[in-house]
Amino acid sequence: MNEEMQAKLAAIVRRVSGKEADPDPEESLFDSGYLDSFALVDMVSEIEREFGLKIPDSDLNPRRFDSLNRIAEYLSSRGA
Amino acid sequence: MAAILAFGRYLPDRILDNAELAQMLNCDAAGIVDSCGIEERRIAAPEESVADLAERASRHCLEKAGVDAGQIGLVILSSGSSERRFPGPASQLAQQLGLAGVPAIDLPFASAGGLFGLALAAQLAPAYGLVLVAAAEKMSGAGLAEPLDRNVAILFGDGAGACVVSSAHGGLEIIDSVLHSDGTYTRDLRLEFTGPVQMSGRSVILQASRRIPAAISEVLGRNGLNQSNVRVFLLHQANSNLTERIAKAMTVPSDRFFSNIRRYGNTSSASLLIAASEWLEQKPPEKGDWACLAAFGAGFHWGAVLVRRA
Repeated sequence: MNEEMQAKLAAIVRRVSGKEADPDPEESLFDSGYLDSFALVDMVSEIEREFGLKIPDSDLNPRRFDSLNRIAEYLSSRGA
Repeated sequence: MAAILAFGRYLPDRILDNAELAQMLNCDAAGIVDSCGIEERRIAAPEESVADLAERASRHCLEKAGVDAGQIGLVILSSGSSERRFPGPASQLAQQLGLAGVPAIDLPFASAGGLFGLALAAQLAPAYGLVLVAAAEKMSGAGLAEPLDRNVAILFGDGAGACVVSSAHGGLEIIDSVLHSDGTYTRDLRLEFTGPVQMSGRSVILQASRRIPAAISEVLGRNGLNQSNVRVFLLHQANSNLTERIAKAMTVPSDRFFSNIRRYGNTSSASLLIAASEWLEQKPPEKGDWACLAAFGAGFHWGAVLVRRA
């Protein structure tokens, strides 16, 4: 994950979670308390807006969004 | 073209509020409201069956419609919490209404069952005459079954809703409907024959937050409408936080989404018809008003029904 993508994703997670600290790229955003089911919805919407893409319903597996690294991996696969 | 003559409902008298539930679950009552918007739910008596709940809602509906039970040509009953593998409760409901011999169809659905029943009734009414659609659930037992899952136990209540659909014009006309199903997510929300409701909340909320607005847009778009034309949106009462996300995604003020989840909790397939029944009494639509009903639930099944006051 490049620094620009990490910074963008960390900023999104901070906004939707209301937390000030950045998550570790490897840690689970759910287990660490950054995301619950509803914050996940907000985060996906923000990712779509920030990266200018539409995530299809078939790709909306919560595991894809479990950590910054997993999100970055998915976004890279989409050419973001 | 078909039309809804009336809605009806039945909610058991017994109220289980958050203070009592929090004691049972050893959790914080205020936290329950924050996580789902529910303050209390109704609990059916042990001796009340799903068919009994459906019968009470149906009789309320028939009275509202001014229809004698003997005029009904088809019964559709949705329940995801009926007591047996088979027979389902539809034939029992028909018999209890004095309709032995009238065809009765079970829809073993959860949350989207009322909506699917309504959409199917609109198609079947020209062939069968008046169609009684009911949805009845005893979900509280499934929510509180062991092994206990607090995230599930706080949600569910018992109740029933009903409506009568006619092929005649007038009243609340059913203009169009869209229905979808996708078995990819069967395991993400299910109720086996023993144990509690099993739910992957993340998957359910994420999919519902996208599929419901999409279904609404689909049914509005193919009728040359958009969300600004709709006076009220009636959703399956699943969780107030989900409704807020859907309103935000649709850029519609949340006060255009009718809600009664605070008092009844999530009554699964019954919730949509119960909500519609209260909406019609509390905020009756004026001539030409559009309303959109939508639901999403286990299966996954989801869809939307567009109605207009003639």
